[in-house]
Amino acid sequence: MSRFGSLPRRLVHVVIVLFGITLVTFFLLRLIPGDPALAILGSSYTRARAQAIDAGLGLDRPIWSQYGLFMDRLFHGSLGFSFFYHEPTTRVILRHIPPTLFLVAYSAVLAALISLPIGFAAGLHRGRVIDQGSRVFFTLSFAMPAFWLGIIFILIFSVHVPVFPISGFGSGLIGHLYYLFLPALTIALGFSTVLVRSLRTATISTLHAEFVDTAQMKGIPWRQVLRRHVFRNAVLAVVAVYGVNLAFLISGTVLVENVFSLPGLGTLLVNSVSDRDYPVVQGVTLVFAVLIVGINLLTDVVQAALDPRVGQEIGT
Amino acid sequence: MSVPGTPLLTVRDLRSYLATSQGVVRAVDGVSFTVGEAEILGIVGESGSGKSVTCRTIVGLMPSGMTHISGEVIYHPYGDRSILNAPQSELQSLRGSQLAMIFQDPMTALDPVLNVGDQVVEAVRAHARISAAEARSRAISLLQRVGIPAPEHRMRDYPFQFSGGMLQRALIAIALASAPRLLLADEPTTSLDVIIQDQILSLLLDLQQDTGMSMILVSHDLAVISEVCDRIIVMYAGQVVEEGPAADIITAPRHPYTRALLDAVPQGEQRGQLRSIPGSPPSLIDVPGGCRFAPRCRLVADQCLSWQTELIQISGPGRQARCLRHNEMERSREWQASDSA
Amino acid sequence: MSTGWAASPSELLMRAATRAAGRRRSAVRRRLTLIAGLAMLGIAVAAILLAPVLVSQSPTTIDALNPLAPPLTPGHLLGTDQFGRDVLARILYGGRIDLAIAFGATIVTLVGGTIIGLVAGYLGGRWDSFLMRIVDLFFAFPFLVLVIAIIAMLGPSIFNMFVAIWITSWVAYARIMRAQTVVAKRQQYVLAARALGYGRLRVMLRHILPNVVSAVIIFSMVDAVGNIILAASLGFLGLGAQPPAPEWGTMIADGQNYILSAWWLATIPGLAVVFVGVAFSLIGDGLADILRPGDR
Repeated sequence: MSRFGSLPRRLVHVVIVLFGITLVTFFLLRLIPGDPALAILGSSYTRARAQAIDAGLGLDRPIWSQYGLFMDRLFHGSLGFSFFYHEPTTRVILRHIPPTLFLVAYSAVLAALISLPIGFAAGLHRGRVIDQGSRVFFTLSFAMPAFWLGIIFILIFSVHVPVFPISGFGSGLIGHLYYLFLPALTIALGFSTVLVRSLRTATISTLHAEFVDTAQMKGIPWRQVLRRHVFRNAVLAVVAVYGVNLAFLISGTVLVENVFSLPGLGTLLVNSVSDRDYPVVQGVTLVFAVLIVGINLLTDVVQAALDPRVGQEIGT
Repeated sequence: MSVPGTPLLTVRDLRSYLATSQGVVRAVDGVSFTVGEAEILGIVGESGSGKSVTCRTIVGLMPSGMTHISGEVIYHPYGDRSILNAPQSELQSLRGSQLAMIFQDPMTALDPVLNVGDQVVEAVRAHARISAAEARSRAISLLQRVGIPAPEHRMRDYPFQFSGGMLQRALIAIALASAPRLLLADEPTTSLDVIIQDQILSLLLDLQQDTGMSMILVSHDLAVISEVCDRIIVMYAGQVVEEGPAADIITAPRHPYTRALLDAVPQGEQRGQLRSIPGSPPSLIDVPGGCRFAPRCRLVADQCLSWQTELIQISGPGRQARCLRHNEMERSREWQASDSA
Repeated sequence: MSTGWAASPSELLMRAATRAAGRRRSAVRRRLTLIAGLAMLGIAVAAILLAPVLVSQSPTTIDALNPLAPPLTPGHLLGTDQFGRDVLARILYGGRIDLAIAFGATIVTLVGGTIIGLVAGYLGGRWDSFLMRIVDLFFAFPFLVLVIAIIAMLGPSIFNMFVAIWITSWVAYARIMRAQTVVAKRQQYVLAARALGYGRLRVMLRHILPNVVSAVIIFSMVDAVGNIILAASLGFLGLGAQPPAPEWGTMIADGQNYILSAWWLATIPGLAVVFVGVAFSLIGDGLADILRPGDR
């Protein structure tokens, strides 16, 4: 029996979601009150230019035809043409993807490194200092806006005690790791709040499980019981939470990129809003959504790999 | 090495009180008994009688934060001092190699994310410095001994791929991995269906005779207990209410509760209603004074309500009951009608 | 064996256990979190509403003689910004927008999402599938990105912030409510109500809703924190409140430029956000303790 038994079904679901995403992204443009061309051109409005824009956006056609045009372009790998950069949107977006991807991965890893030990310890020593302390700490950090925290970090670690650079992406792997440490830490802290809480709960309930008693009765050291049985099962229970919240993490990158002046998708999005570069706004939204779908799929795969019960269509 | 008759484990005035937000639960309230070498002791009682907590307290599995324990548990091969509240290191050396335990629900008693083979091997290697290959072959022969077919292949399977009966066998294999001298079995057959129950019981009996180990078998089902045990203690509301050789207890019980339990066991071609015991066990938080079984007892008299109960010896040592009117159990006509061979 | 006052083993044990049990019971301790949270929120709301009484300056008055004054300068408790505007005044007046979002956006999405989730869960079938597909669709997008995209289309303004949040935030409530409703409608009390002939609307409102509402109320506290941070974030990005209106997020963005010379401009508004955010978190935790004990 294949471990990934329901994979075909899941893929179908993914395709459906992707279609839905294109629908929503498409309809975003229709939200614009009034004439988009007017908004885009502003003071340099002329009828000719406006008509060109309308044609480019396909606004001169009936709505089904517009969607068809949109999808057609999409399948040919095109997301429209950026008004601001005077380039195909796809190219603009591709340029901005690496810093964002790096940041997301870096934050995810840092978040795991922070929250796994702390969450586990909090659950293990329930009610004691580590538990109460971490709860206070994370309640505070949860209420801190990511961008503000980033600024505070800059204040402390780049200005007063110059350890880390204020902004920029750096070059080379080491450079990236160095430059992106503060931004990644900022995002990771927000993300960790939920993780620590989940892992703590999972640890507490795993400790009560009967298989922990069985393991103890073998006469193996308590450390081994914790390592081999409690930790693995608790972490497993949290994998799903981790995946779901990675979406939250992506929102974080938008803000943090801004604070640290990183040339990623988030900065692109914010800039194109003020530039009225609608195709780019649309394109970036689409890319972000696809990224989330990809992350969810990855989470499912990881969970199936770690937990032998998942992916089985017939239970015991 | 085991000389039948010599005491292996002595429990003296064991108390296990749990501090909860509703008050103090006196789960085990002064329990004493002895298990001899190569002896099978049965502990029987309703849920909430304290039988499971007794076993867990003995092996140190009660949650330390909220449990308050007093009394003595003496494991004679290790000397005459109590192992209760012993440090983790000492408990660790006892568990598996001297004392082992199996639990009620085999489905939850095994780690769901490790395969069964690995878990048996873990038990094997707990007290033996042997190579992985050696451990694996020992694990295979253990699984074979408990009646799991094709063990080399089934070792790679996960718990969810086994049936309840097979899992319980695997758990027994794990418990026996380091050749313990005392096995505590907490309701090992309760969540299995009847046919499998018999198989497991036979297996346990078989293993006991082979290895000469002692056993404490806990169950609410008197039928199960009577099949297998040499001696029986009956628990109610955290206390021992009757104790004696199995044959005596079954044929001539001296405590009304024991009698009621016997009545509740369906006999042969019994028609008509099963006699269940009316009422329910008392709260273990606000423990009533006097005999705790009085509200549900058929033989209750006024003196019972104010009596500071204690175990009264009946015929010889090891035969006692916590009842003022135990003598009348034999003569009472109420009971004679339901006696059957 | 001494007589007299020797305590039996059971008595000694009872004493120790009773002490431990007593410690668990303290009802005041349980409510402490909730009280603390409500107190903090009360202080914040009062201070913000009473702003005209508490500070004499207006948040937009320019004091050209005192730009970038540090905190504890006479007359400017929290200092001034680059235009000489009093920071404390700007904080208190600016808080109105953020608190308005925290309450206004949250309540609307709470009510809307709850109704939709309740209906979907109760009716089941096609309606349920349809509504939940839409919910799933919204969840496929990173929240902030979607909000930004909507504001991009509608144009940045305070009102459009509300609209963007209303459009996107109801889904979380709908999902929670629907899950709870599906479980609840199989419970005895609902089956009994239906058997008695009560209409569907009545069953939903008077039987199911009161029993499942605690989950969404607790969640709404977490959502409120998120909405405040969202409002500040949008302000920070220039997509929410527009200058010269004071708002904590825009203040932080402005302050970022002066981080080397006037650290308080960016730091203090953030502390205000944290204060209100922690208040909501504590209320949420406190409610969770009361409505669902045993989680600690």
